[in-house]
Amino acid sequence: MTNELDIFVGNTTLIDEDVYRLWLDGYSVSDAVGLRVRSGILEQTGATAGVLQSDTMDHYRTFHMLERLLHTPPKLLHQLVFQIPPSRQALLIERYYAFDEAFVREVLGKKLSKGTKKDLDDISTKTGVTLKSCRRQFDNFKRVFKVVEEMRGSLAGNIQQHFLLSDRLARDYAAVVFFANNRFETGKKKLQYLTFGDLAFCAELMIQNWTPGAVDSQVDDMDVDLDKEFLQDLKELKVLVADKDLLDLHKSLVCTALRGKLSVFPEMEANFKNLSRGLVNIASKLTHTKDVRDLFVDLVEKFIEPCRSDRWPLNDVRLFLNQYSASVHSLDGFRHQALWDRYMVTLRSCLLRMYHD
Amino acid sequence: MPGKLKVKIVAGRHLPVMDRASDLTDAFVEVKFGNMTFKTDVYHKSLNPQWNSEWFKFEVDDEDLQDEPLQITVLDHDTYSANDAIGKVYIDIDPLLYSEAATVISGWFPIYDTIHGIRGEINVVVKVDLFNDLNRFRQSSCGVKFFCTTSIPKCYRAVIIHGFVEELVVNEDPEYQWIDRIRTPRASNEARQRLISLMSGELQRKIGLKVLEMRGNAVVGYLQCFDLEGESGLVVRAIGTACTLDKLSSTAAFLPACNSPSKEMKEIPFNEDPNPNTHSSGPSTPLKNQTYSFSPSKSYSRQSSSSDTDLSLTPKTGMGSGSAGKEGGPFKALLRQQTQSALEQREFPFFTLTAFPPGFLVHVGGVVSARSVKLLDRIHNPDEPETRDAWWAEIRQEIKSHAKALGCHAVVGYSESTSICEEVCILSASGTAAVLNPRFLQDGTVEGCLEQRLSWQPGFFSIGSEKGEVDFFPQSQDSSSLLGQEENLPAGCGFCHIPYDELNMPFPAHLTYCYSCRKQKVPDVLFTTIDLPTDATVIGKGCLIQARLCRLKKKAQAEANATAISNLLPFMEYEVHTQLMNKLKLKGMNALFGLRIQITVGENMLMGLASATGVYLTALPTPGGIQIAGKTPNDGSYEQHISHMQKKINDTIAKNKELYEINPPEIPEEIIGSPIPEPRQRSRLLRSQSESSDEVIELDLSHGKKDAFVLEIDDTDAMEDVHSLLTDVPPPSGFYSCNTEIMPGINNWTSEIQMFTSVRVSRLSNINLTNQTLNKNFNDLCENLLKSLYFKLRSMIPCCLCHVNFTVSLPEDELIQVTVTAVAITFDKHQAVQTTKTHVEKSLQRASTDNEELLQFPLELCTDSLGPHPFSPAKEHLESASSNSGIPAAQRATSIDYSSFADRCNSWIELIKLKAQTIRRGSIKTTVSVEKASPLTEGHFRQRSAPACANSTVGVVKMTPLSFIPGAKITKYLGIINMFFIRETTSLREEGGVSGFLHAFIAEVFAMVRAHVAALGGNAVVSYIMKQCVFMENPNKNQAQCLINVSGDAVIFVRESELEIMSTQQPIASCQPACGGGEIAT
Repeated sequence: MTNELDIFVGNTTLIDEDVYRLWLDGYSVSDAVGLRVRSGILEQTGATAGVLQSDTMDHYRTFHMLERLLHTPPKLLHQLVFQIPPSRQALLIERYYAFDEAFVREVLGKKLSKGTKKDLDDISTKTGVTLKSCRRQFDNFKRVFKVVEEMRGSLAGNIQQHFLLSDRLARDYAAVVFFANNRFETGKKKLQYLTFGDLAFCAELMIQNWTPGAVDSQVDDMDVDLDKEFLQDLKELKVLVADKDLLDLHKSLVCTALRGKLSVFPEMEANFKNLSRGLVNIASKLTHTKDVRDLFVDLVEKFIEPCRSDRWPLNDVRLFLNQYSASVHSLDGFRHQALWDRYMVTLRSCLLRMYHD
Repeated sequence: MPGKLKVKIVAGRHLPVMDRASDLTDAFVEVKFGNMTFKTDVYHKSLNPQWNSEWFKFEVDDEDLQDEPLQITVLDHDTYSANDAIGKVYIDIDPLLYSEAATVISGWFPIYDTIHGIRGEINVVVKVDLFNDLNRFRQSSCGVKFFCTTSIPKCYRAVIIHGFVEELVVNEDPEYQWIDRIRTPRASNEARQRLISLMSGELQRKIGLKVLEMRGNAVVGYLQCFDLEGESGLVVRAIGTACTLDKLSSTAAFLPACNSPSKEMKEIPFNEDPNPNTHSSGPSTPLKNQTYSFSPSKSYSRQSSSSDTDLSLTPKTGMGSGSAGKEGGPFKALLRQQTQSALEQREFPFFTLTAFPPGFLVHVGGVVSARSVKLLDRIHNPDEPETRDAWWAEIRQEIKSHAKALGCHAVVGYSESTSICEEVCILSASGTAAVLNPRFLQDGTVEGCLEQRLSWQPGFFSIGSEKGEVDFFPQSQDSSSLLGQEENLPAGCGFCHIPYDELNMPFPAHLTYCYSCRKQKVPDVLFTTIDLPTDATVIGKGCLIQARLCRLKKKAQAEANATAISNLLPFMEYEVHTQLMNKLKLKGMNALFGLRIQITVGENMLMGLASATGVYLTALPTPGGIQIAGKTPNDGSYEQHISHMQKKINDTIAKNKELYEINPPEIPEEIIGSPIPEPRQRSRLLRSQSESSDEVIELDLSHGKKDAFVLEIDDTDAMEDVHSLLTDVPPPSGFYSCNTEIMPGINNWTSEIQMFTSVRVSRLSNINLTNQTLNKNFNDLCENLLKSLYFKLRSMIPCCLCHVNFTVSLPEDELIQVTVTAVAITFDKHQAVQTTKTHVEKSLQRASTDNEELLQFPLELCTDSLGPHPFSPAKEHLESASSNSGIPAAQRATSIDYSSFADRCNSWIELIKLKAQTIRRGSIKTTVSVEKASPLTEGHFRQRSAPACANSTVGVVKMTPLSFIPGAKITKYLGIINMFFIRETTSLREEGGVSGFLHAFIAEVFAMVRAHVAALGGNAVVSYIMKQCVFMENPNKNQAQCLINVSGDAVIFVRESELEIMSTQQPIASCQPACGGGEIAT
């Protein structure tokens, strides 16, 4: 005797958090049942495997029906078919849009296109995240991207409004969208040590300071693209390294201030010009799309790696960067103080965040 | 009474994309009522159109208003081709037709399509203006209220319970008309939905007319069913109990001038009134009605003899003088005859109610049921459905005669059902034979009854439980001695006492003296179809007991088939019975409530499923164990096996007793008295005709041990039976289940509820099925289903599954479909432990879980258990005075109530003041909550409550099959919900197979019910029932179809937690009126 049909419908939709997690993680019903059995639930409840199978199927069916609504979370709030308490709705949405660190590092900065979607197989094998889950996460990225891509207003705010995500998650999505839109390279081997958190941190600062939205809150795409004018202006910074006197002056100012304060003072003194050249050149090249994409590669190559090879402690890096940016204000011949600050404040924080093993 | 129906279409949202090119929709709406149609403008290119239409006005007869549903169709405008329908909304405007219910229907309704399901929502506002017109020959019955609830609805009081109403209408099923061959499935489904909607409207109107004829104003326990007879047609039939209800509000209760709807009551001439001054004045008449609300019915039964006497309150005839009352015994027969004849004047003295106002039920005889097998033929003339009518009349007649055989004049907890397979139909009816207190019944015709008091058993009263009332109506003889007696007398045993004559018993029965009062005789087991009376005393908790049975049957045609089925039925009933009895004993219990036996007919088998709630009634004797007797005692190993089994059974009984906390006090034998010697015979079922049975069976205990129940194992079948007995596993700890409204033994419900429907369809795999394998399969199916439910709801522990309702159908040859609807309610375990068993508290809690329907004052008063009431002396005095003068007690009660009315009011207010102080001391209360609790300010409060529940984004609508919501108070009934839906698919696989299809459909049905309730301004459906869930599939064609019929009562409830009641008391409903007092006093 087999059950052809087996359903349970509650007036309040039953949501089992554990099964929801298994479903999100992309396990098949039978795998999920296996995992649940291993969790010892049968012993706890005295249920049989058949009961567990039926229960799992039922939850999967419910989630499958809810998935359509989860694609546009405001619909989940207004729909009438599933009566779900608000706290549960929030949980459903938040978990549905949550993503795996391993996965997001793989696709961060990649174009959210069909091409990438085809690579999900490889990503799945590489990260150990099931293909199903990869697809969901990828589709979430893409869906959010499409909705907010051309919207006015704060990127994270828009995401939060249209997808009802928590503040934290909305900001993460803002980073994902920002990276995808600017196609920053994050996959190179030397960047592997960076976590999503590091990159999201940088993205948030860049959105705050380097996008059109930073100066004008009423422009299209305000938070998604970098401010073209700003990038153009950054060329002006070149004088800091091109003008030999200015460079020497800058160096002496920094060295005077930091003498005795850095454990790596000699190394700093020796490397100052290289480092400064590196940071200023990165700025001046950002008009080229290609160089924008390589921003993080350049930062690592031109600044982080040299420092790391000389074994700078983080605190010394901090002292150096503070002094390095501050000293520019004392350079009388340099007129672009505001531009410098807009560039350097963000960069300094990014570099500090990225400076770890 | 013509009326004007006004409809406004406001907006739509989440519409489906109808134009692939633009990914948008050009939607407009057609509003249709009767033959009139209006259209809105087309709202171009939007999935969230804002029509904001004008008011569409329909001027119509009220007859049409009752019959016709409002049809709203949403379409996609197409310039070049036909407009595509997006979906429809049917709105039953009946709730707008009576004054007390909803005044407007306004809200978001799911747009439903029979092929695609829900496709977006539409916001609609509907109003009705009724013009008064007192046409005597009217065909409409606007204003008659309908309730699915099978008890007196919470905020009403029953003035009179008139009795049984029934009606049926037939039509051709559109699915079987010739035109169905050329129209689309959608058109066919819609024709069917529309027709059924129309038919149920018509049915309700016709029933309403009957109610008006009886001078009632409401139908309670309304049960409407569809019989899909296929080729031969479509039958919609309904039964219910006509009542005159009075809205409970203190204004009505206090002011004589207020319009009491109980017209009938006023018309009763109290010719015989011994206290003329109380009735002489005009204004006193309404007061007389009111006295019924004060006078707890208990007083009647207390003073009456508890056994066979029927009391009637219609002292119209000359017989009514009280002198006859003292004559006792010899007079009994005559009296019974007379009261019976009063009830017999009703064609069918049936009541669909399962719970009653206190005192209504005097005795319960047992379950009566009747079945008959019919061959369906085409209904030739739909306007005169005589055959169907005749069939039911026949069955009802049989039920009536069974009841009479049990010495009962009425049948309560009555219900009817059918099972159809091809052209064979089994009609079933069942109920509980009972003796009722006629105080609530009213006879419009010739009354042959007299007011009677038989005082041959002073001090014994049957249904008194609330302590407060003792003070209200002290015994006429000697109130102090009575009180003394009451202390050690567990009350609430009266209904268990046998109504039939013990010398002339309708069947062999084993009688003992009642274990509670030791005065009257009781059977050793009691089966009923009703809920446990609120005042019954039980020990421990109850549990769900099911008997499951399959019988194979040869495939046959027409008459041969019907004969085969008829022949099988008695055996099935017998076996179902034996199973029930065995399982009951195994649980260590002695009574079944809410018994429902369903027999389902299929192509090649019959299925029987009986569900009931077992309890241990203190009044009935302790059930003996089960003893196994082998047929071949010589065989050693066999013997061993038997003894092993015996041990297992004994262990199970012991375990169950512990589990359900059944620990009756040991009563010394001599007090109980020896059992009445009865001629013992082999246990068997009494069966008046082949297709019916009286279910009060008495199983013989003649194996020497008088209290052991003997199972003989004489063949493998019996072996199987015993095994199957033991396979039922009890629910996991923390879980209880019952199929009645209230779980006996649990009364501290917390507010979390979860209503659910679960459906399973199983395919029987093997070809060579035997009865045994079939039984086992069916048993496993049900057991596994229950196990699944326990598992799914484990997060609610400790909780109880209430009103567990199983339905079995056999949609195809090898398919068994089981549908379960129930509600899981959480309760507080700690309080349960603390629950003391004192009489007063118990009754309090009961009353709280039940309702305060009838007794406003008594309940209030008893909640504070102050002991003697301030005004009791006066009453006692009066009472004794009247008893001296030999006035029949009923009249006495009336007069007392009247004369002490002012007095009572005063004392009541005194009491209230007292309480108000308690409140102030006990807890900080907001003004709102005090107001809410006050019955005086109800109108006021309603306005407040509405926005309160509209706060949340999508308002939560609770659904429950129970008549109440734990931890909440129902403040208003908004009207009946009765909906019928068809869903069909031609892409079954794409929709997730049969499970996906049905899961989505049931979720959608819930959603539509909730939306309708919300639009009426309600926040819950009570007495919700899924009456039909007919599922058909054809996986080969990738098709499936399902029909669902649901109903319930839309209500507004208010959480009691918002009322924050007296800290000293448990948070029980009965405290509320007392809290209300706070406002009066301040």
